[in-house]
This record gives sequence, C-alpha cells and structure tokens, in this order.
Amino acid sequence: MGKPTVEEQSRSALSRRRFFNSVAVGATEAAILTAPGRAGAQLAPPAPADAESVGIVLNVNGRTHSLRVEPRWTLLQVLRERLGLTGTKPGCERGECGACTVLIDGVARYSCLTLAVEAAGAQITTLEGLMRGEELGPVQQAFAEEDAFQCGYCTPGQIMNAEGLLRKTPAPTLEQIREGMSGNLCRCGTYAHIFRAVERASQLRKAGR
Amino acid sequence: MAQTNPKPWGETTVVGKPIPRVDAYERLSGAAIYPLDVLLPDMLHAATLRCPHAHALVKKVDLTKALQMPGVRAVLSDADREARLPWYSGPGGKPVSRLFDPHCRHEGEEVAVVAAESPQQAWDAVRAIQVEYEKLPFVTNMEDALKPGAPAVQEGGNRAATPSVYTRGDVAKGFAEGDVVLEETYRTSCEIHTTMEVHGSVAQWDGDRLTVWDTSQGPFPVQSSLASLLNMPLSKVRVISHYMGGGFGSKLGLSRYTVIAALLARKTARPVKLFLTREETFLCVGNRPAHSMTLKAGVKKDGTLTALQLTGTGEVGAYPGGSSVGGQIRELYKCPNVRVEETSVLVNAGQSRPMRAPGFPQCSWALEQMMDALAEKIGMDPVDLRVRNYTSVNQAQKDIPYTSAGLRECLTEGAKTFGWKEARARPKGTGSVVRGVGVAGGMWGSAGGPPATAIVSLFADGSALLNMGAADIGTGTKTVMAMVVAEELGIPLDRIRIEWADTGTTQYTGASGGSKTVPSDSPAVRAAALEVKSKVLEMAAQQLKVPVEGLTLKNGEIFTPGGSQKVAIADLASLRGQRSVVGVGTRAPNPTDKVARPFAAHFAEVEVNKRTGEVRVLRMVAAQDSGRVLNLLTYRNQVIGGLTMGIGFAMTEQRVMDPQTGKMANANWHDYKIPTAKDIPADLVVVPVDLHDTEWNITGTKGIGEPATIPAAAAIANAFYNATGVRIRSAPITPSSVISSLAQGKTQR
Repeated sequence: MGKPTVEEQSRSALSRRRFFNSVAVGATEAAILTAPGRAGAQLAPPAPADAESVGIVLNVNGRTHSLRVEPRWTLLQVLRERLGLTGTKPGCERGECGACTVLIDGVARYSCLTLAVEAAGAQITTLEGLMRGEELGPVQQAFAEEDAFQCGYCTPGQIMNAEGLLRKTPAPTLEQIREGMSGNLCRCGTYAHIFRAVERASQLRKAGR
Repeated sequence: MAQTNPKPWGETTVVGKPIPRVDAYERLSGAAIYPLDVLLPDMLHAATLRCPHAHALVKKVDLTKALQMPGVRAVLSDADREARLPWYSGPGGKPVSRLFDPHCRHEGEEVAVVAAESPQQAWDAVRAIQVEYEKLPFVTNMEDALKPGAPAVQEGGNRAATPSVYTRGDVAKGFAEGDVVLEETYRTSCEIHTTMEVHGSVAQWDGDRLTVWDTSQGPFPVQSSLASLLNMPLSKVRVISHYMGGGFGSKLGLSRYTVIAALLARKTARPVKLFLTREETFLCVGNRPAHSMTLKAGVKKDGTLTALQLTGTGEVGAYPGGSSVGGQIRELYKCPNVRVEETSVLVNAGQSRPMRAPGFPQCSWALEQMMDALAEKIGMDPVDLRVRNYTSVNQAQKDIPYTSAGLRECLTEGAKTFGWKEARARPKGTGSVVRGVGVAGGMWGSAGGPPATAIVSLFADGSALLNMGAADIGTGTKTVMAMVVAEELGIPLDRIRIEWADTGTTQYTGASGGSKTVPSDSPAVRAAALEVKSKVLEMAAQQLKVPVEGLTLKNGEIFTPGGSQKVAIADLASLRGQRSVVGVGTRAPNPTDKVARPFAAHFAEVEVNKRTGEVRVLRMVAAQDSGRVLNLLTYRNQVIGGLTMGIGFAMTEQRVMDPQTGKMANANWHDYKIPTAKDIPADLVVVPVDLHDTEWNITGTKGIGEPATIPAAAAIANAFYNATGVRIRSAPITPSSVISSLAQGKTQR
C-alpha cells in the first residue's frame, strides 16, 4: 500500500478532528460537518473588523485556506479558532512553554509568537498533519510506546518539536535531545520518558514507519 | 450481588503489565478535546479585570466606555445583584468576601468581567473599564505579617486560626534522654502549580439546565459546590471534565471563574468561555504555601529517636487555606515523644490550595535533613538510621497497625539499586566541582476510600462499557481501570469503551487528588466487573447444565472444571436475549482496625560547582511502596514526574513578591522557573516495592501520585550537603544561595 499523500493525510485527519469537536460540544454543530475540504472555514468566530482585516493564504497540512484576519491575530489563534485545528495548544502565549509548537517550512516554531500574516505562504504542519490517516505517525507512536506524556496538553508541542528536531538531526544523541527539547515545558514532568520517545521515534523513522 | 470479599489476585494476565494508555490515540492525535478547545456555536469569550494592587478598596467602577466597545455583550461586577455571591471564608469559616468583592486583599482579585464576541474584543473592553481604587497598606511575607502593627489582611489580625497543637509523650523528657539533640530552622518557598492548560470553564444554559466544561480534577465536587451556590438541584448541573491539562491540586474544586462563566452565560443567554491568561494563573488559583519550620530532635547513640518537636508556620495568602505540615513528624519514624505546633499566617497574596502532597514535601525538607544531621552526629549511615526507626504501626492513631508498611524495603532496595554504599565511599572531588549523594524517606497521609461507584456493562458480543466518574488527569486512570475490567472478564482492552468524568452520565466519585483515585475507584471497578462475571457464569451454568461452582472465565470463554466443556460469552443464549448484563460496584469501607499509607525512599546524586554555584542533579532512584502496581508503565511515569517536580521544588521554584508594590514579580514561566528537559537527568530509576496490600482494598493498591514527589527535594538537599559539607536549609537551592552558603560555611570552619 502506498503512503497517503500529505493532502490525503490532512484531509482525513481534519475531518476526524472536526467530528470529535462536534461530539464534544453537542448536537447543533453537526451542521458544519460538510465536505471535509470546506469544513474548516465555517467555524469562523469572530469575523474580523473590516477596516483592519487582511486577506491571507495559509497552507496548513497540505491544504490551502484563503481567509481574512486581523493583523494582530497569531497563527495559534487562527489555527484553533478559525480552522478548528485544536491539536495546537496555547500554554502561555508569550513564547515560554512551547505547547503551541508547529512546523513552519519544516522548522519547529512557536505559533503564539508568529502572526498569522507572517505565516502566509509558508508550509505549516500541525499535530493533525503528522497523522497517517487514522494511524499515529512515527513520533506519535513512539510517544505512545514510551508513555512520554501524562495529561497530554503539552504533548502536541513536544511531538512537533521532536519532529522538527528529527528532520534536522535524524539520529540525535541524548545531549542533542535534551538540548533540542528544552524549549518545551512539561509540568507533569515526563522529560525522562520524552528522551526515550525521541530515541524510539528516530528508530521508527529510520525503519521507514 | 458481587462477592464482598473476593480473593486477591494471584498471578495476573493484564494487571501489573507495562501497557500503553488506552487513550494514547486521543491525546497524541489532537482528537482529545480539552476544555480550552471547546468551540460552541454562538459562544462568547470572557476576560477578567483584576485588581492591580496588593490591597485596595474598589471605590467606583465605570463601565460606560467598555459597554460601548465593539462586540461587547455583557459586563458583570459587584453592581449586579446576581453576582453578589459569597466566596471566600475568613478565620472561623464565616464568609468574608463576595465574587467581585470591593475589598481586594491581593493582586489579581476579580473586579469585573466582560463577555464579547471575540477574546480580543473582551480584552479591549476590560482595558476600557475605569476603576477608582483606594490603596491600602499591605504585607506580603509572614515574618512582617506577625509583627505588631502590621497591616491587617483581615479583621482580627493575621493569624488564620489559633495554632494547632499535637502532642504525645513528653518531649522534654525525650530530649533529656537523647545523646544528641539538634535544633534547626528550615524554610521552603511558595510554589505555584502552573498547570500547562490554564484554568477556566465553558458554561452553557439550556433553559434551567446548566452544562459546564471545566478543566477539573473532580467534576462531582465542582457540580455540588456550583449547584449549592446557584441554589440548583444537582440533576440540573452537568460538569464535564474529560480531558484536562494538569491540576496538581489547583483544580480540585469549584473556582470563581466557573461561577462567573455560568452567570455570564445566563445573563447573555449564550455559551460563555472564560479562561485565565498564564499570568493570572500565577496570582489567584492557588499555590503551595511558603513554610518556616523549626525542628528539634533527639537521638541516642544507637540511633533511637527520643523526641521530635516541630514548630511550623505557613504563609497561606489572603484567605485561610490548608498549611499543615506535621504528618510525617507524627507518623513516619518511631518516636515516643512528639510535639507539633502549627500556625497559618495571612498575607496579601493569593490563597494557597492543595498542591501535590500538601505539606509533605515541606515537612520532608526539614525532617529528612534533620535525620541526616543526626546520623552524622552519631556516626551512623543515614539509611541505617532511617531503617533503625522503622515502625509498622500508626503512632498518631493509637498505634493501630498499618495494613502494609514498606518503608524498610524502600530504603534497602532503593539503596541497593542506587549503589548507596559505593557511592558514599567515592571521593567527592578536590577541584571546584564536587559530587555527593543523599537519601530521604517519606510517606503520604492517606490511601483512598469510599465513596466511589462504577458500572460495567457487558454486551452480547463480549465487548464492554466501563462507566465511572473519575477524571483521568494524566495519571492513566482510564487505562488502569480498563485493565481491571480486562483482567476479570478476560476480554481484550481494545474491546472496552470508557465513559468517564461527566456528572450527567457517569457514577459518583470524588476528585482525582490525594493519590486516591486508584485505591478508591479500582476496587469499585473490580467489584462491578465481578458482579458481571458472576452473572455470566450463572448464565453459562444454566446453558451447560452444570453447577456454577468451579466454572472459569478466560479469553471470552467459560470453561467447566477440567475444561471438558466450554461456551463463548458471545454464544450465551440468555445474554443474546437480554443484549447486555450490568454490574454495579461500590468501594467498600476501609478496615477500621488498621490503616494504610504509601511509603517512599528517594536517592540522589548531585554535582556542585563551587565557583559558579550551579548544582546539577545527575541521577535519582525512587523506591516506592504504593501497594500493588496496576500498570508498570504509567506507574513509572508517575514516579519520574514526581521526581521532576521535586527537582523544581528543590532547585528553582519560588514566588517572588516585590516588597515595594506587594505584587508578584515573576508571574510568568520566564521568571518562575519550572524544570526543563535540561534540568532533568535521563537517569531516573523507579524501584516498585510491589507489596500487595490485600487488607486495605480488593485491588491491593495505595496510590502513587503524591508519595512519588514527597522526599525528592530533601534527598537532593542531603546530596548537596554530602558534596560540600555545607547545609542549605532554605529551598530552593539557587546559585546565589549556594555561593553565600559556601562562603559562610568557610568562615565558620
């Protein structure tokens, strides 16, 4: 079986994500469960004040979104509140914790310190974009096997940062892992398991998972 | 009914194994919806105006401008009659404050709140509210608060209560009997929970029914407090806490933001989301109070403790909160003469809340450093001194025995794994970088109990639904409970669905706190599964026309003794007829003639740079007696998490109050340092002392979350002393405190 394309992955991931959101919040939102390709833009609160809004194109997980944003909106807010991609978590909204980490052109970045207008035109990957259909991707799988999370709230950021680290350094040493992961806080204190998960993810990626 | 006293598990097939979490997919794919992720149609966003002063009276709130701002739908303040609800209690338990009380006793108290179409619009409007404050004198540390003439945080002075006193035996006599008597004062700093998901709620009304998505450790306690405050029946208040981003005690009960979100949602007839900013969470959703502890201890040359006397003062914030630290002084080591006197002091700062083993890491910091000092004075190994004073009875409860007490095993097995004797004998180094090792023992003050109810439904195809009220706050609750069901019913984990942590659809249990979830809820789950099992065996006996006695259930099939006949669950005619079979389990009472406690011993090796003051924790070993281990993987995770939090408590974490303004100076993660990946050694080893506590409950468990952090900081402090020969009695051990302590130590010698 061939690997799904990035676009296929993100479609199925996005549609499933939207489904869970709707289940969680009750029945009325079922109306937005239209074609997966169009679902995202319909969440849309809040509409930007017209005078201040800017039209941008965001490429997220292989899909293109044309939308209007206020210049002050961060990429984090737009991903979550406009596109419904709530896998990306706010922790501090000032670049201290890394919970909101996404890949921008393959590099791990804090989405709370990135304005949506800055990210226009770049390739953005969120946690949802690492899924392979309904299967966890290799870094996610490694986090499951090594139990590298507890509450799971910082975990999307940890995983995205690990993904960025492994793209740059496919076989990192323990010291490179500790250094590379040091921008992501985990209050549950699972770092020692995260180190092992990153090592395991490196193996899984090498084995072509 | 299920058997009330089923046999303890012998050899298990699922329980105890290192099994990845049953909800790993949700938490790792982004599918898990945390309360902060909830997006409701037509939802408003709220933001809070908080008092910027340490102590002030609100004289006037002018909302005119704010109400005209774009997107603003409602504002709530003390001017609204429906918002005049009692909030904090003062000394003696009488209400002293309202939801938006004009008397703000610390920075960050609520003054007004705005609901608007977007978070940005809500914040714009908050900034447009004009408030007149009368600033009042303030006091932000307990030493100043107890001085004569100090500004009064509340009427009647700054003592939150009359001091509590515990005594047994005669400490004066005990000190006279000691060959060595030491007295020292130890301090710990105020620690903030700083959960990764900020605190907050989403509230929605449907007519007279209220639904709240709350980032909570305990949907049921939140439900009952909210229903009582709003004068509503429990059945009309639904609280959902499926996923949440960390609590550590700060999300155990009802918080002000939840009430405010509910009031705003009623006022606007729209769902309202009210979450705090990161900075707000440092000010007003709890902390581990700072402590000052003077400990006097006597010991004989042979290592027998003769007396312990603790005088402790806790700095609880502007409203009384828990601050007792005496538990381990009373119970951990055998000692006939004990006195504990404790005081809570009010200051103009956020109220304390329980934080992971409230009181116990503080006590450990004092008691375990003292044990080390005593051991050195009498020339005894610190591990041996602790083993020497082991007790199997609870001295604070008239010497009733423990159901199990593994402190000795924790100490000896931990020491073996750590290589304690060899490590202590190694040279510490002669240059500016030295190494040392330390140990600390510990215990936690409870081990769960009723009430808890769980329901297991087995469907005709042999798959099952587990219904329980417990929140899985990241400890692996769902996973271990499903494992209990899988163990009893012989069905694979992936055929079990779980409904949990929703007061509208699941069964009552308390909050996930106090390390009580596993020892409280897993017995209820086992009882429910056993009831299902007995009904299924009954059905099989009828179908096979054999007596029920001796039938066994394994891998979804029921076998007669010897295995001559069998029938699969899915082939049971009566189950196919009724489609499901249900078992209800409740947590049986704890025994009354015995008591349970989890125990721990932690070992640490540190490296100290005497020139820069930097201290690195190189490795730790944690030996834990928490009864039977239900899942080795999540158990280990709890322990490494506890060690990590202990490293933060020992090394970096402290609330800093600005004496000029009375405001918190480090209300963010840049200045309030929690451990990062670079502060934590990869070498954290967990030694489960897997004593099955068969007398305490029917799963043999005692709870792991809190005992996993209690002695960690003290073990590090003792390792620091071992490396340098200098004691640091104030936590955290910072580079500057290291430099000044080393300089002082030098001049003293």
